[in-house]
Amino acid sequence: MIKTENLSCAYGEDEDKYLVIKDLNLHIERGSFTAVLGHNGSGKSTLAKHFNGILLPSGGKVYVDGLDTSDENMIFKIRSLAGMVFQNPDNQMVAAMVEDEVAFAPENLGVDPAEIRRRVDRCLEIVNMTKFAKTAPSRLSGGQKQRVAIAAVLAMEPECIILDEPTAMLDPSGRQEVIRTIKMLNKTKGMTVVLITHYMEEAAEADRVIVFDKGEIVMDDTPKKVFSQTEKVKATGLDVPQVTELVHALRKEGIDLPEDIINVQECADAIFERLK
Amino acid sequence: MIRVKNLSYIYQPGMPFENQALYDINFEIPDGDFAAIIGHTGSGKSTLIQHLNALIRPTSGSIEIDGENICDKSADLKSIRSKVGIVFQYPEYQLFEETVYRDIAFGPKNMGLDEAEIKDRVYEAIKLVDFPEELLEKSPFELSGGQKRRVAIAGVLSMRPKVLILDEPTAGLDPHGRDEILGQIDRMHKENAGMTVIFVSHSMEDVARLAKHIIVLNHGRVAMDGEVADIFARGEELEKMGLSVPQITQLTRELIARGINIRPDIYTVDFAKNIYKELFCAREEKK
Repeated sequence: MIKTENLSCAYGEDEDKYLVIKDLNLHIERGSFTAVLGHNGSGKSTLAKHFNGILLPSGGKVYVDGLDTSDENMIFKIRSLAGMVFQNPDNQMVAAMVEDEVAFAPENLGVDPAEIRRRVDRCLEIVNMTKFAKTAPSRLSGGQKQRVAIAAVLAMEPECIILDEPTAMLDPSGRQEVIRTIKMLNKTKGMTVVLITHYMEEAAEADRVIVFDKGEIVMDDTPKKVFSQTEKVKATGLDVPQVTELVHALRKEGIDLPEDIINVQECADAIFERLK
Repeated sequence: MIRVKNLSYIYQPGMPFENQALYDINFEIPDGDFAAIIGHTGSGKSTLIQHLNALIRPTSGSIEIDGENICDKSADLKSIRSKVGIVFQYPEYQLFEETVYRDIAFGPKNMGLDEAEIKDRVYEAIKLVDFPEELLEKSPFELSGGQKRRVAIAGVLSMRPKVLILDEPTAGLDPHGRDEILGQIDRMHKENAGMTVIFVSHSMEDVARLAKHIIVLNHGRVAMDGEVADIFARGEELEKMGLSVPQITQLTRELIARGINIRPDIYTVDFAKNIYKELFCAREEKK
C-alpha cells in the first residue's frame, strides 16, 4: 500500500543539514495495522507526513498504491487514497456543523452532491456519530471530535488512514472510543491503518510495531516480539505496557511466566493458570 | 491550606448559551499535599483550577487560601498569583521573550524584585527543572519541545509559589520525557517541604505514581475525594465516569473476578511485583 525506497528527509542546508530520516526502506502492506513508536523528535511524524505527500522526500521515493508522491499530477489522488488524522482535534475542524465537516473533502474533490450525502451519512454511521450530524463540532467531547475527524477522512474513501497521536489529548474513554473505531475499520473494512502513538497499550493492539529512533527503524516485528525485549525498548526512550513490565520483573525473580505477554487478559490468564 | 466551599460557576449567566460548569464544589487541600484532579473531558477540571488563583471568580461560594478568601473584591490579586502558580496545558506555546533568561525572569520582574534577586530566582528555577545554564541566552524558540516545557515550568517556579498547579504536564510527551518531567515534579515537591502540588491528568498511571490524594470530578461535581489506593479500588465507578484505572490495577480486578484472593488496592508495578512474588512463593511452599 505504502512503500518507501531509500527515503531520506533533511531539514536545513549544507553544514546545518540535519537528516531526520535516513535511507529508509519500508513497506506497509495493504490491510495491515501498523503502530509506529519513537520518542519525541525521532522523526515519526515527519515520516507520516511523507505517506500522503504533505512532505516530499529530499532523497529516495515514496509510493502510495504505486503512485510516486513527488509527481505533482498525482498529489490529489494520493491524498484521497491516504488520509491523515492529527493530534489536536480543535486544529482540524473547519466547518460549523459536523455533517459539513465530513462533506468538506468530497466537496473539494468535486464529488456529485447526491453521492456526498450518501458518503456523509455512511461515514458518520461508521464512527457512530449519526445523531450528532447537525451539532457544532465545538460542542463535542475530544473523543467525539476525533471520530468526526476520522469520518471526514473516510468520506474521501481512502484505502489507508494515518493517525498521528490521535489520542494524546483525550481522556481514557475518549481514547478507547478512538482505538475501537480504528480497530473496527481495519478488521471489518479491511482498511490499512498506520497509528503513531506514545501509548504502549495502543501499540499492543496492532499487527506490527515499528520502533523509530534517530531517523531509522530499530525494531520492526509483532507487538509480542517487540515488547518482550523490554530492555531494548526502554533504551530507545520508550516503555512497555505495565503488564509486560510486571511479567518481566517476575521472570527475573525466577517465576515461570511466558515472556510475550502484552495485555491484561493474557497476563491474567497466565497468572491464574499458575495460581489456581 | 486551600479550602473550597460551595463553589459554583456558570459561564455566561442569563445568556442563551448559559452553561453551568461547576456545582457546589467542596474540598480541602492541606499544605504540602500532592493532589491529582481527574475527570472526563468537560468535567470542569480546567475551570476549577482557574479559580484557584482568581483567574475566574466563582458565581457563588468561596475559596480560601491560608485563611484568606481570594474571591473578595478587596483581595490582592498580585500576591495571590505569586503564591499560586499555574502551568497550563502545552505551556511551551506560551513562551514569548527573546531569551530563556528573560522569559523565566518575567514573573519575578513583575513582582517588583531587584535584579540580583531576579537572577537568583532564575538560576534556582532552572536548577529545579534541570535546564542547562549554557542555554539561558538562547531564544526559547530554538529549543526542543521538552526543553521548552521545562522553561515554561521554570517561569512559574521563579515566583516561588507556595502552591504549584499543573494542567496535564505530560500531555504529548514520549515515555522518557514523561518520566523526566514527573521525576522533576516529584523531586521539587520533596525538596520544598510545604510546597503544595496539584496536577490535572488523563493518565491514571501518572496519577498512581505521584499523587497522594485524588479529587474526581464528574459533570461539574466532586464525585470522589480520597487517598489514591481507595479511589483506584473503585474501578467500576471510575469507568462509568469515562475514566479508568492503571493497567496494573485492571489486572488485579481481573484476577479477583476469577476468584484469586488478592488485595484490590495495587496501583504501581513495583508494588504489584512484590505482591505477586509473595503469592507465587506461598504457592510453591504449599506444593
